[in-house]
Amino acid sequence: MATETPARIEPDYPKDRTKLGGGRGGGRKGSIGALGWVRWTWRQLTSMRTALALLLLLAVAAIPGSIFPQRGVDPSRVRTYLEEHPDAGPWLDKIGMFDVYASPWFASIYLLLMISLVGCILPRMRQHVQAMRAQPPRVPSRLTRMPTRAETVLDAPAQDVVAAARAELAGRRYRVRPEEDGALVVSAEKGYLKETGNLLFHLAILGVIVSVAAGHLFGWRGEIILKEGETFTTGAASFDTLSLGPLVDPDRIPVYSLRLDDLDVQFEHEAQGAQFGQPRVFAGDATVQRGDDAPETRAFAVNKPLHVAGTSVFLLGNGYAPVVTVRDTDGEILFSDAVTFLPQDNNYASEGVIKVPAASPGLGFVGGFLPTLEFVEGLGPTSSFPGLVAPALVLTAFEGDLFPEGRAQSVFSIETDSMTQLQQEDGEPLRLLLEPGDVIELPGDRGTIEMETVIRWGGLLVRHDPGRTPALVFGGLALLGLVLMLGVKRRRLFVRVTPAGPAGTGEHPGDGARHTGLTVAGLPKGTDPGLDDLVDQVLARIVSASGGRVVTDKDDT
Amino acid sequence: MTDPTLAAASDYLIWGAIIVLALALLAFSLHLALTGSGRQSRAERKVLVGAGAGTSATGEPAAPEVPEPAEEAPAPSRRWGVIGLQLTWLATFAVVAGTVLRALSVSRAPLGNMYEFALMASAFALVIYSIWSLRRDRLWLGAFVVLPVLIILGAARLWWYTEASQLMPALDNIWLVIHVTVATLSVGLFTIGAALATAYLIKDRAEARGDVRGWLAALPAGQALERMTYGIHIFAFPLWTFTLMSGAIWAEQAWGRYWGWDPKETWTFVIWVVYAAYLHARATTGWSARRSTWVAIAGFACIVLNYTVVNLLITGLHSYSGVA
Ligand code: HEM
Repeated sequence: MATETPARIEPDYPKDRTKLGGGRGGGRKGSIGALGWVRWTWRQLTSMRTALALLLLLAVAAIPGSIFPQRGVDPSRVRTYLEEHPDAGPWLDKIGMFDVYASPWFASIYLLLMISLVGCILPRMRQHVQAMRAQPPRVPSRLTRMPTRAETVLDAPAQDVVAAARAELAGRRYRVRPEEDGALVVSAEKGYLKETGNLLFHLAILGVIVSVAAGHLFGWRGEIILKEGETFTTGAASFDTLSLGPLVDPDRIPVYSLRLDDLDVQFEHEAQGAQFGQPRVFAGDATVQRGDDAPETRAFAVNKPLHVAGTSVFLLGNGYAPVVTVRDTDGEILFSDAVTFLPQDNNYASEGVIKVPAASPGLGFVGGFLPTLEFVEGLGPTSSFPGLVAPALVLTAFEGDLFPEGRAQSVFSIETDSMTQLQQEDGEPLRLLLEPGDVIELPGDRGTIEMETVIRWGGLLVRHDPGRTPALVFGGLALLGLVLMLGVKRRRLFVRVTPAGPAGTGEHPGDGARHTGLTVAGLPKGTDPGLDDLVDQVLARIVSASGGRVVTDKDDT
Repeated sequence: MTDPTLAAASDYLIWGAIIVLALALLAFSLHLALTGSGRQSRAERKVLVGAGAGTSATGEPAAPEVPEPAEEAPAPSRRWGVIGLQLTWLATFAVVAGTVLRALSVSRAPLGNMYEFALMASAFALVIYSIWSLRRDRLWLGAFVVLPVLIILGAARLWWYTEASQLMPALDNIWLVIHVTVATLSVGLFTIGAALATAYLIKDRAEARGDVRGWLAALPAGQALERMTYGIHIFAFPLWTFTLMSGAIWAEQAWGRYWGWDPKETWTFVIWVVYAAYLHARATTGWSARRSTWVAIAGFACIVLNYTVVNLLITGLHSYSGVA
């Protein structure tokens, strides 16, 4: 800045680091060498302008992830999208549009931002530590250049006025610069917490990023479907799906058993329109046992996870499991179990399969479970409400080898290619409709199938995230820092007292020895509309505290 | 569980508020137009007086003929502004009451769907403006605040209306109440911030051209508007930061992870980053106040996108719009 007296408190640490000396200047012939280039690049990278550009870039780069389906969020929607857009899909995939937040270009933006942040914070911290220890600067020679100023003339001895000013500013918790005896100036500063807050905020943002990364590296999550009454024991092999962070040792997953005692699910049945059928209650009881501890039954729900052995257990999904029994012609039980059906829509029309390998040849049933059966013209049986109002199973049956070549299969599907579909007497494919309590005889002396009742299942997510608590703590610190940075006002106040007499204000020569001039000036950091009022107030308080009386109107420049 | 009488009363109040706000907008606009032309004619009169002395050589004594405008009488323009303000207070009362009745009708915080969200944000914007107008002369700002609120309320009533009902379990959480209350509060503040930013940009351009005419003359100086814009944003930004954090806490409890780049989370983050960029831009040497203010406007555009396009068109876990 060229002006001798700045219009605001300039940071000792230059904001525009691109203008620091020793830059690229004269480097046209390559004379600055490699080190010079490194230094220049570093300054560019850590400048506010670059930080700003990176912030805007980050915002723009995050948007595609909300437009295109993301593998990390919903892989099946990505697959659907690729099928529906055979032209653009692969091309979009190549530039990472389905993995935006794991893509190299997204990572490079936030890594650059982090580097910029570190490069910005470190020198500022050093500066700030020095500033905290330093005294406010001397009163500038000319206060007329200050953005905010008030002055007056009063009939009190100059020394009294100076003493009153010092007391007033100290009373306002300003740091007052010590002056030698007899000096007729006061320099004071307040609001160092603003810069502390700034540093705290930016550091805490770094902390949040590091915590999130740690949670990603050392955390894991496992998902499992549990039917009411079922128990499972944690461990790397026991989850339906398990994703481990890159640095997790699967053997260190804590071991405990969890039984889903029961599940309470309710749906809106009063309100009409879009709200009808919306879930209302979603809660359960679970019994947890760890090592030799006594089993413990606890309630949990959506929004109320269980916390066990450093893991959290969340209730995320739910559905129905009709209890089906298949008997042979002699009444021997071939199969009897609750079978998990997966909901396909908001009314819980669900799909599933029942495999009866004990029958010979094997029997397989494929079909739907409808919690509230309703026949719709053209669509056939559908569900009109997610609650259990009129539950029904709608099945077709297949016969043959259930596990061709012994291959493992999903419990939710049957490979019917090598099987034959059972038919009714009229040659149509066999269709069964079962309500609870129904027993239906299968054609061709294949025995009976019965739906006894319906129970529920819950989809559980077990998660261990060591970054969670640190992220929360750093988040809180960031907020604190932000409030300090934006809320605290950094202000310098300068007071100059001009003794009466020939060397006095000059405005009132010969007015006698008691016309002491008083000027209060303020210098803000950044926008500070309240500074005018403060300067006026301080002036008035000094006048009254020095026991003087105002002689002329103040502030007539 | 839900009380239809209270819900209906709430609906009437909101319709009423929309009508009253439309009238308030009219009154505020009249106020701006009249104040502006009043100031302008006074300014012109001064110019004429000054010019009169100079042009006397042409023999046209222009100055004395200028009729005295009713300067000392209570300016009619101000009266319209005050009427607008009183109508706004009335509408504020109606929106707050409508929101409260809505909450009572379902015995929970009115934060379960887009319609209720819009009610809350409008109520906050109106309350903030009303309180501000009690402490300072803010008649000139009225039209800028009432217009966006009117649009939000109208859109909510016409397109996002949702019958009063209970919450889905994932929304039934204390952090939801905190998260969405603060989110609506910050949206209310950002709305006023965007109104001020717009006022600043318009006024500043006129000032730069040296052509401050008509209703623009009724606005404060560009620099003062810019400062107020910043002042609103430094309140709103920490609140939005808190919205982001409390949303993460809620997501952790409801879905088992605090951050999952769900479209709604993504947009909350985008909005946060854009407003951080605004605050940075303002502190960056080489960025003019004008350019920085455009970043703030971009932030508000993101908020609008977030509550329209993202809520209604993009599928995600945050399927709470309640709109069929
Ligand atoms: C990670 C993303 C970042 C966020 C969210 C962020 C946010 C903020 C916010 C909200 C302010 C307050 C501005 C004001 O006082 O009005 C600020 C100030 C500041 N930031 Fe950042 N910042 C980030 C990264 C950076 C980086 C990378 C740098 C270094 C180049 C930086 C340097 C500064 C400086 C120097 C200030 C003080 C400006 C002043 O008051 O004069 N920030 N930041």
